[in-house]
Amino acid sequence: MCLAIPSKIVKIENNMGIIDVDGVQRQASLLLLEDPKVGEYVIVHAGFAIKKIDEEAAMETLKVLREALAFAEKSEPAG
Amino acid sequence: MTIKHADEYRDPEISRKIVEQINNLSKKKIRLMEVCGTHTMSIFRNGIRKLIPDTISLLSGPGCPVCVTAQNEIDAFIEISGKPDTIITTFGDLMRVPGTGSSLQKERAKGKDIRIIYSTFDAIEIARKNPDKRVIFLGVGFETTAPTVAASILSARDMKIDNYFVYSAHKTVPRALFALMKTEGIKIDGFILPGHVSVIIGTGAYLPFFNRFKMPCVVAGFEPSDILQAILMLAEQIENKSPELKNAYTRAVSFKGNEKAIRIMNDVFEQADVAWRGIGVIPGSGLKIRDEFSNFDAGKKFEIISKDSKEPKGCACGEILTGLKTPVECPLYKKICTPVEPVGPCMVSSEGTCAAYYKYHNGD
Amino acid sequence: MKTDRILLDHGSGGKISHSLTLDIMLPVFDNPMLSKLNDGAILNIGGKKFAFSTDTYVVDPIFFPGGNIGELAIYGTVNDIAMCGGTPLYLSAGLVIEEGFPISDLKKIIKSMGAAAAKAGVKVVTGDTKVVPKGAADKIFINTSGIGPIPDDIDVGCEKAVPGDIIILSGTIADHGITVLTQREGMTFTSSVKSDTAPLNHMVEKIFSSSKNIHVLRDPTRGGVGTSLNEIAEKSNCGIKIYENKIPVKNEVKGICELLGFDPLYIANEGKLLAFVSPEDAGKVLSAVRKDEFGNEACIIGEVVPGHPGKVFLETGIGGTRMVDMLTGEQLPRIC
Ligand code: SF4
Ligand code: SF4
Repeated sequence: MCLAIPSKIVKIENNMGIIDVDGVQRQASLLLLEDPKVGEYVIVHAGFAIKKIDEEAAMETLKVLREALAFAEKSEPAG
Repeated sequence: MTIKHADEYRDPEISRKIVEQINNLSKKKIRLMEVCGTHTMSIFRNGIRKLIPDTISLLSGPGCPVCVTAQNEIDAFIEISGKPDTIITTFGDLMRVPGTGSSLQKERAKGKDIRIIYSTFDAIEIARKNPDKRVIFLGVGFETTAPTVAASILSARDMKIDNYFVYSAHKTVPRALFALMKTEGIKIDGFILPGHVSVIIGTGAYLPFFNRFKMPCVVAGFEPSDILQAILMLAEQIENKSPELKNAYTRAVSFKGNEKAIRIMNDVFEQADVAWRGIGVIPGSGLKIRDEFSNFDAGKKFEIISKDSKEPKGCACGEILTGLKTPVECPLYKKICTPVEPVGPCMVSSEGTCAAYYKYHNGD
Repeated sequence: MKTDRILLDHGSGGKISHSLTLDIMLPVFDNPMLSKLNDGAILNIGGKKFAFSTDTYVVDPIFFPGGNIGELAIYGTVNDIAMCGGTPLYLSAGLVIEEGFPISDLKKIIKSMGAAAAKAGVKVVTGDTKVVPKGAADKIFINTSGIGPIPDDIDVGCEKAVPGDIIILSGTIADHGITVLTQREGMTFTSSVKSDTAPLNHMVEKIFSSSKNIHVLRDPTRGGVGTSLNEIAEKSNCGIKIYENKIPVKNEVKGICELLGFDPLYIANEGKLLAFVSPEDAGKVLSAVRKDEFGNEACIIGEVVPGHPGKVFLETGIGGTRMVDMLTGEQLPRIC
């Protein structure tokens, strides 16, 4: 089972990181990441960060979703 | 306050719009399979089945690693828990899975030392604190979990911990898809591919499968609009008869995946032929510990007398896992088989299809 | 596969606990007061109604952010009596202490029991202490029982919900359960979540002085709001609909639930109540609850609907619907 909540790295010591979700902090191993940095968002699975979130791709996805929304609204007849 | 990279994808307006698009676009009767157990749960928890048109059926595939674990492996776990001077460590899901005669939970009630952990590092910590005990981790999971277990073995080696062992029952997803397509009677029009397995292996890992079967395939995230978006993309491909391998979870999944994690996984594990519940032996679909690391291999360290494992009588888990049946078509469902007294694993694991139906499905 | 031993699941407050009560306890003790299976029993003594309740506290750890086992033991029983419509007055306290337990900790616990009793306005009038050998109990267990009169014009019960009733929840859910969970060994969270342990009897007084059309009162402790609503739906033989977006959950609590794969609907609360009210009085009752010091985040989370007897439905955040079942056993952290 995967928990998909992305967490932010707030501290790094050796290969361990402190990660934060909305004020809740815990440790996660950063062993599986290439070059982790404080401030980056990561996906955590079973105590390990397994991937950094690609911020650009996230923005792109959201843009597409929101554009679809705006477009649908415009093309809908009023009322 | 919102949870970044999560709440944005839970916006009811956006979901509503995607549903509208699906409604406009999807005409054919189609059957989509979500391969990952977390997708199954998310689909139910968010009530997605009720939102999409009746013409789209969502089938749950072999995506819960607990459910696909073969009966003899479950029995082996229970047997290992009876070895002297051992501490069994496991993720929570396995506790209730019924073996042929018992379950880990029942063994714990009898006094066996079985501990639920949250990360393989907890198991190493337990091993370090209990040098006179043998600490065994029951390794169940797909490519998402396997690298974390591999990393724990590497760490144990580096830390010179010699009382930590792993029983590896890990499995890999892409090969299972091949096997699934060859299952008799299978009827699937498109696949919602797993999120976090794909985080590790990358979309590229599905190319051989895609090229062979030319099935519409979309990798999806777990939030409602992620899943709806994937359904929309699949419906579009099917209507246009233009199958593609697409990625709707680009913020987490790349073409190559997490190369470092793949490397660590391959350093420790090698491919093996293993049996899946409901599907049978799939060549190369398992991960066993390489000889180099045999000191950490519980399967080699402990003699396991494989007794006659019997799959629960009357349980349709095999057909459920391949999408041939839905839980309501199993005669035992809700009558004899409930989460309190589960007959098969699909009713136990929190992401098992029968458990999801039991919890969220209201009979219609 | 039946089990011949008690499993931890039997204590989770969900379906498995119920089967224990129904199969083993009820047939032996069978009587009309017990068979209602409410939080407490309603007794008729000399023409007067009384609420009587008992509960045993085994929380681990015994000290946790926002409270401790002693305070919990007082408030828990106070709340059970209040949920029957009673005015809690007198409590008993029974302690089982493990050999070697620090006296300083005991003093701390007793002191906070005293403070809690004062705050709730009840008296501890009888008690008992037993010490058992090391290992025969885990640190300290506390049982409390309590009694209080029920005013003549009050008649609440889990079987009294009717279609149209509005459901009021007195604040955020899952605070207690998540707090205790994060204190356990192996959970390495740091956060500022606190247990919501609180007495609810003063809030209940405010509710009754604002309306006489209260049908059900319930504190969703073990098993959480999800399990309590199911019990009410079942006993009242009606359907319940709630809205995911309207159920308040603190951000941190939500975060921890997401991380562990837990559903806050099934996590214990120790200072919250659910009130089922006739629609015409819902506004009045809501503002009465909000006036209480433990109710300022109260809100309306749903209603009782015609049809679907015994079922609880949730409208999800994105507008889908799903069923909310009773919790089936201890929630286990899910990881592949
Ligand atoms: S590891 Fe993969 S299959 Fe398992 S829950 Fe996560 S994404 Fe789904
Ligand atoms: S309902 Fe139970 S017996 Fe039937 S397939 Fe599911 S797990 Fe097996």
